[in-house]
This record gives sequence, C-alpha cells and structure tokens, in this order.
Amino acid sequence: MEQHLRADHPVIAAGRHRTRLGKWLAPYGLISPGGLWLLVFFVVPMFTMLMLSLETPVATTGFVNAGYRFTWHVAQFGDALSQYHTEFVRSLLYGTFVTVVSLVVGYPAAYWIAFRGGDRKTIYLFLLLLPFFVSFVIRSLAWQFLLSDNGIVLGTLERIHLLPFGFRIIGTAWAVMAGITYNSLPFMVLPLYVSLEKIDVSVVEAAQDLYSNGREVFTKVIFPLSVPGIFAGFLLTFVPAVGDYVNATILGGPTTTMIGNIIQFQFLQAQDYPMASALSFILMSVLLVGIIAYARILGTRQIEEYV
Amino acid sequence: MDAFDEHGIDPALLRGLTQRRLSRRQLFRTAGVGAATLSLGALLEACGVQGGGSSGGGTTSASAAAGFDWSSQTLHHELDFANWPYYIDTHKGDHPSLDLFTKQTGIKVNYRPVINDNAAFFATIKPSLEAGKPTGWDIVVITNGAQLSELIANNWLIPLDQSKLTNFKKYASPLVKDPAYDPGNKYTVTWQSGFTGIAYSPAATKALGHEPTSVSDLWDPRLKGHVGMMSDNTELGSVGMLKLGIEPSTSTPDDWKKTATILQQQKNDGLVRNYYDQSYINALENGDTWITQAWSGDVFIANESGYPELKFIVPQEGVMSWHDNMMIPVMAANPLDAITYMDYVYQPKIAAMLANYIWYVTPVPEAKPLVAKMPGGKPVASSPLVFPDQSVVSKAHDYYTFTGHQDLSEWNSIFEPIIQS
Amino acid sequence: MSLDRLAVAEMNVGDVEAEDTRPPVRTPARRWFDLGLGVYVKVLILYLLVPIAIMVLYSFNSNPAAATATAPKVSFRWQGLTVAWWRQWNGVPDLTTALWNSLVIAVVSSIVATVCGTLIALALVRYRFRGAGSLEIVMFLNIAAPEIVLGASLLSFLVVLNVARGLVTIFIAHVMFNIAFVAVTVRARLAGYSRAIEEAAQDLYADPLQAFLRVTLPMIWPGILGGFLLAFALSIDDFVTTNFVAGATITFPLWVYGAVKVGIPPQVFVMGTAIFTLGVVIALVNVLGVFRRRRLSAA
Repeated sequence: MEQHLRADHPVIAAGRHRTRLGKWLAPYGLISPGGLWLLVFFVVPMFTMLMLSLETPVATTGFVNAGYRFTWHVAQFGDALSQYHTEFVRSLLYGTFVTVVSLVVGYPAAYWIAFRGGDRKTIYLFLLLLPFFVSFVIRSLAWQFLLSDNGIVLGTLERIHLLPFGFRIIGTAWAVMAGITYNSLPFMVLPLYVSLEKIDVSVVEAAQDLYSNGREVFTKVIFPLSVPGIFAGFLLTFVPAVGDYVNATILGGPTTTMIGNIIQFQFLQAQDYPMASALSFILMSVLLVGIIAYARILGTRQIEEYV
Repeated sequence: MDAFDEHGIDPALLRGLTQRRLSRRQLFRTAGVGAATLSLGALLEACGVQGGGSSGGGTTSASAAAGFDWSSQTLHHELDFANWPYYIDTHKGDHPSLDLFTKQTGIKVNYRPVINDNAAFFATIKPSLEAGKPTGWDIVVITNGAQLSELIANNWLIPLDQSKLTNFKKYASPLVKDPAYDPGNKYTVTWQSGFTGIAYSPAATKALGHEPTSVSDLWDPRLKGHVGMMSDNTELGSVGMLKLGIEPSTSTPDDWKKTATILQQQKNDGLVRNYYDQSYINALENGDTWITQAWSGDVFIANESGYPELKFIVPQEGVMSWHDNMMIPVMAANPLDAITYMDYVYQPKIAAMLANYIWYVTPVPEAKPLVAKMPGGKPVASSPLVFPDQSVVSKAHDYYTFTGHQDLSEWNSIFEPIIQS
Repeated sequence: MSLDRLAVAEMNVGDVEAEDTRPPVRTPARRWFDLGLGVYVKVLILYLLVPIAIMVLYSFNSNPAAATATAPKVSFRWQGLTVAWWRQWNGVPDLTTALWNSLVIAVVSSIVATVCGTLIALALVRYRFRGAGSLEIVMFLNIAAPEIVLGASLLSFLVVLNVARGLVTIFIAHVMFNIAFVAVTVRARLAGYSRAIEEAAQDLYADPLQAFLRVTLPMIWPGILGGFLLAFALSIDDFVTTNFVAGATITFPLWVYGAVKVGIPPQVFVMGTAIFTLGVVIALVNVLGVFRRRRLSAA
C-alpha cells in the first residue's frame, strides 16, 4: 500500500514539484484500483449478461450437454416478456405501493423530527436506524412468525373471536408489501429528514410572513424544498422493492411471485442463463427509465447529486 | 429456569433422545426449460477470445471418467464429503460415525453439509465439471432425478470399482440394489431413502370431520387456503397423478397435461396456501397449513420437538419413494478414500448409528435389531417409515425417469407454470 | 432489500448533526398537531423495533423439547427464560463457520473497498480529468442497479469465465458493490475541506508523504471511517448478491435464509442479538466521539 501511495500519491501529485505529466496522470493513478475493479466486475459483466441473453441452446438428445451458441437471439426478450409480464407488472405495482406508503407514512415522521425533534433529533434518528443492525433475513423471519396463523397476533385475535377461524395474512400480497415497506421505511425517512433539515429557518419565517396559513407555507415552501429528499427516498425504496424476492419468498404465497423470484430461479435452479439474463436486463432497463423519468418529473438537475 | 442441563442427562440417553434431522432437501428440483449447459467455447468465440472447442461440457471429462484406473489409486487419508444438513449422526457438534471411520482407516473427513437443493448444488459444481476441473468434492449426495441423469450422461461421475463394495453387496437392501436410474450401481450407492406422503394437523381433521386418508383430501374445499403443496414440480406432478390413478413412472405427456389441469384448478380454487420447499414443515407447525405433502422423516422430528399433534400418513393411493445417493465426481482428488467410506456405511453397525439419528429409510435392513438396542432406538426400529415393511413398500411408487432434456423440458413447461405465476 | 442505499442518508445525517445549533422553527397554533405527530413518530419507532424485540426475546426462550437436542429449533411458543442458547452460542458448527466467513469477508472487503473508494473520491474532488464523467455514471449505475442484477451479471461473468465460486468471488462482489458507496461518502466529507491547510503542510514537511499522513489523512479520516463502517454493514448483511456468487460457501445471512426453510436454531437469534448489540455500541461510541471532538473544538 505504501508503495502505491508513493507512486500516485495525491500530495505528490498536488505538490509544487510535480511535472505536467504527473499532474495529468495523478487522477488516473488514484482511480485505477477502484475504477478497474468496477470495470472488470461491474461493467464487463453487464455486457456478458447482455451477450448471454442473446444465446440459444444447441439441440441434443438425452442429457448430454452441447452448450449454448451465440445467435443474436433477440426473440429471447420477447419470450421473457410474454412469459413473465405478470411478474414484471406485479413487481412494479408492489414497488409503487411500497414507495407511496413509505412516503405517506415517513414524511410526517421526518417532518416532525426535523422541525420538532429539538436536541433529541439524533436519538430519534438513531432509533429509526436500529433495524439496520439486525440481519434483514432475521427481520423478515420475525414478521413471518408474528403474522402466522397461530402466531402471537392472529392466533390471539382468533382465540378471542375477533377474527374468523382460518383468517390469514401470510401468503397474501399484503404480507409481502408490508414486509417490503417495513424494510423501506427508514430508507425513505432518512433522506426526507436530511432535505427537511437543510431548509433555512429564515426561509420558513419569511414564508410565514408571506402566507396566511400553515398549509400554504407547507405546500408552497417546505414541500418543494424537500423534493430532492423525496427523489432520494424514491431511489432508495423503489429500486430495491421492485427487485426484492426475499419477502415474497418468506412472507408470500402462490400468487405473489415477483420478478426477482423468477430471475433467481432461472439463474440458480433452472440454470437457463439466457432467459435469466434477458429478464435481468429488462428489469434493469425498466428501472433506469423509471428513475430518469421520475427525475425529469421532479425537475432534478443532476441525478448524481442525490446518490 | 434453565431447561438445559447436559450434566443431568446420561450422554448415551441424550444421544438416543436427540436423533433429529431437520432438513430434507427438495427432491430433484428439476432443471428448467433448456437447462443445456453453457458452452464456454462458443462464448469465447463470440467474444473473440481464444478458447477451447465449442462442443461444451462432457467431452473433456468423458475420457477422464471412462479411462479411470482404480488399480493406480492410493489412499490419501483425506475425504471431502458434501451432504445435506442434519443428514448424519451428530452429537455435540461431532459426528460419531465419522470419528469412528477416521479411527479405523486414518482417513480424515472434511464433512460439509452444503447441499440444500439438488439443482442449486448441481449449479455450483457444473461449471467445474464442464471445464474438466475438480469440483473440490470426493463424495456428493444427490437424489435420483434429472441432475443425477445429467451427471451420468455427461460422464461426470467415476464408475465405482464393484470389487471394493463388499459390505454393500452383502448388506444393501434389494430396494437400493441395481436401481433403474443407475443399473448395476455403476456410479452410485444409496445414502438414505425416503417417502413422500401426506402430513396433517388436528385442524384438518376438525375441518374435514374425519382423519385424512387420501391424496384427494388435498383437493377438499373444506381445507381451502390451508393446503400445502410442494414447489418441487416432480413432487407436485407425481401427487397429482396419484390422485388421478396414473402410475407416475410409466406416465406420458398426455397424462401430465391432464394432471396439470387438476393442479391448476386446485390453485385457482384458492385451496393452495403455498408451494413449499423444505419450509412446508414450518408452515404445518405454524398452522398456516392444515394438510400438506410431506417427507417421511420430518414429521417424526416435529413430533419430538414440541408438535406431537402432527401426523404422517401413507395415503391409500400410495407414496412416492426416492433415494439420495453417494457418488464420486470426476477429477475427485481422493477416489479411493471416497469408495472406502461409501462401503463403510453399509456395515450394519454404522448404518444403525446413522439410522437412529436420521430417521429416513436406511439402505441396510440388518441395522434394525441394532437400532432397537440403542438408547431411544425402539420407536425408530419399529417404524415402518425407517425400516419399511411390506405394507409401505407395496404402496411405494417410483418417479417418472427422464430420458433427456426433451422430456424434462416438456415436464417443466407443463408443471412449472402452476408454481411460478 | 438490503441495507445498501443508506450511504447518502447516513452521511448527510452526520453532516447535519455537526452544524445543528439553530432553534426549532415555531409556527403558531399548531401544538395539538405537533403533539399528535410526536406520538405518531414514537409509535412508528416502536413498530420498527418489533422484530428486534422478537429476536432478542426469543434468544432467551427455553424449549425443553429442543434443549436436549443437538440441533434444536427455535420455539415460538413461549416456554420460559433460559440463557442456555447464549451459553452454547457456538453449538451449531456450520453457523459458527458461516459467521466467521461473514466477518472475514466483511473486514477484508470493506478495507479494500475503502481504499479504492477513498482514492476515487480524492481524484474526483481534486482533479478535473477526462473520464471523470463516465466514472460518475458507472458509480451511479452501480448504486442504482437492483442488487439482483448486480449479482446476476457477476454470476454470468463468472460462468462465462468458468471461475469456481466461493470465498474469493464473494469478496470480489462485496468490494464491487461497496466502492461506489465509499467514494460517495468520502467525497461528501472531502468537499468541505480547504486545500490551503494541506498546501501549508507541504511547505512545512519536505516529504509529501509526511504531509499526507500528518495533515490530509487526519482531516479526511472521519469520512474514511464512515465509509468503512458503511461498507462493513452492507457487506455483513448482504444476501442477494452473495447468494448468486457464493457457490458452496455459506455466509451468515445465507445460512439463516437456508435455515428458514427447516426452522432456525436459537443460536441464530443469539448471534443476531450479539451483532446488533455490537453494532449499537460501535455506533454509540462513534457518536459520542463526534460529540467530544465537537466540544473540544468548541472549547
């Protein structure tokens, strides 16, 4: 490491004795380890995945493997969509639901902590962050047990006849969406809080002078100023929610399969790599288009600012 | 307060009380549509990278397997053994039967319960097999099914030296000798076997008004929303055929389609709570399901760990029977050590140690009197699900044996959409 | 869903805390509204803590039936308090191995990711260079891509290269998804610091390395530490990406996920509670450290 620091050291590069070439090379020296890592293990794999998605199996008899051949099999994408459009739509719906609920539930909390938290702000934020110290598989598992038919909640309610015999939550779309929402909430609240917290007091005071009531102060000043937080929150909740499959596995039922489950199944069990790659690629594209569109709608200047 | 007092209990008794095997793997979750292997060659060609031929998979290793020379093998006193979780006798983190093996032979066993799923595990070793590289394992345990057929067809297993399987020849049950999926035990010997039947809780009896007795009870509208089916499409399809009175092993694609219709109907009617893998047993314990497809050993274990009310039955239509098999992948580093172990477990004494813990069907019937004498072994020895009697064996059905990617794809395309939708 | 996208938020929270001295905004005649909201926030926090409470509580649940078993399953029927599972926290050999795997991968991959990410952040803040824009886009895509796509694409790459999957590939994946997070975190810290001090240091110390080690590094250290902790947290809890590239190697989240199918042993809750407590303690120490430093600098 020390060797490396000497070679392309920021201070050497920034110092007065450096050469022109050194100045030109310095940033490349700095980014090369991380940049190459991302290039080899992130960018290149994206292309291999795209290539894989355009392959077809070679016909054989019996169980002898003859492999795949690269055939520009663009129809793969059509097949993927026609076979699994239900799961795509379902995932997008779940993702939208989760994002909206997180926003509606999280905004008031972020607002209150930012403006009324006083010197306990840090404590509230810390408490909101606590779930992240627990493995999320364990968290989903805890919900599974809490909400199971004979579990603490439903079992008790059923026993005192507040619920009919055989009532259930686990296995329904509600359970899956509730599970994802639980995981998403802090991701929504934190960026919202950050953007609300940044609002200058004097701006709010000026607004209070200008507008007669609190609602106008909120809709015309506070809310617009929190839009970057909403965007960040959207990014942090929508994307993972749509790609999630753990909640659907642990909390879902036969009609809650999400696209993540399919990709996972195709890659790791069926080993239909072309189909799995095509599905991943479609998912990635849909989400990117969604993010860019959303950024445009919100008038975000630079997406990078918020990531 | 402290319920755990190991010093108050005789270790032998403890061992006897504690046989349990929590995990049962998904039964040959079949490889999906077009599970042909990826050809490195073709890809590299496409990439413009120099590489090997484009014929893919088997060729590289075929010669390695066919020309395997047992006579030149020596013991290396090492053995890398991949198995399913909770599928070997365990006592305080130790495996007594393995310790004994090491003591007797000097072979140290690196025992790793890394297999949770046939297809997923196969996916982890397949790239190495295709590349003609060692998988890192000397013994793997895989169920009879598509993965096993694929391993055999591609010459990815080392043919066993039959002369080294003396205990197997002497003690193995006729049920595991010369099986249809591996004639003459050329590549495999069975680790344990089991049955797929039906398990239920008292809620099912309450809702039905009688004890379930038939696979048709899985279709009973009174159990709506509380029926557990298996996400393994071979299990799912097979139980459907049992309901229709079709013999799974000789079924045809037309039978499959008929069967898929009633399974789809079952789902559409809202009867199915979910399609489960091993987690079906938790769903039954939690009350999410009242009746479910089940593997024979699991209910035993559930009874012992606080759910005595659950029951396993052999439905009148019959049960499916399966075998988990030991095999040696090509390029294995220690084949002689591996085959030594494979024969070792066929000694009745060792088989008894395993049977008294695992509670699935042992391949060594002569272990029965030995198990009966072990602490806590009486109920195990007398269980027809561990030492199957004629009443169970006569009701056991075999799965359909896939002949290749074609019928496998067809099966998958018929049954998988029921689960994945 | 995983921890991942917390980076920004966490780091920004830190920034805000550092300058938080202004009085709260007072809007008149809204006390009831505020009071209601206050209660709401507390209820929300309670809701967020429910699964944690379950985990901690049931790590102490005795289970007479399972107590004598060698591989017991956690019982969700409450059967009285016990510390048995804590006493034999390492009673499930593979779970312990999995935990060690997770810890080793988390430590090593976070260190590598922190070094790579910090260097990228330095380059982006200090220099204008051709390719900086592309690098930013790549980092954005890396952060915005669903985890399942990250894992799937890396797997397809490994499949094409015929690389055996295991500890090394998990390590590669974890560094891959952490670099961008670290870079973003450190960059945000760096942006605020003045170059003047560093230049003065270069006049002071003849050796540029000395200047870096004695002045620059201490200045950006909190950012680096923050990046490291974030990377560590993301790594140790990662399931989705790891699941794709793990091969036969098992990490703690993978083990737990696998065990969900068969019923988890109580030791999972013990280790979960231990990791939770450790995380909370480290975070608290970190926060207290920041407070003390602030007080010192204020004095």
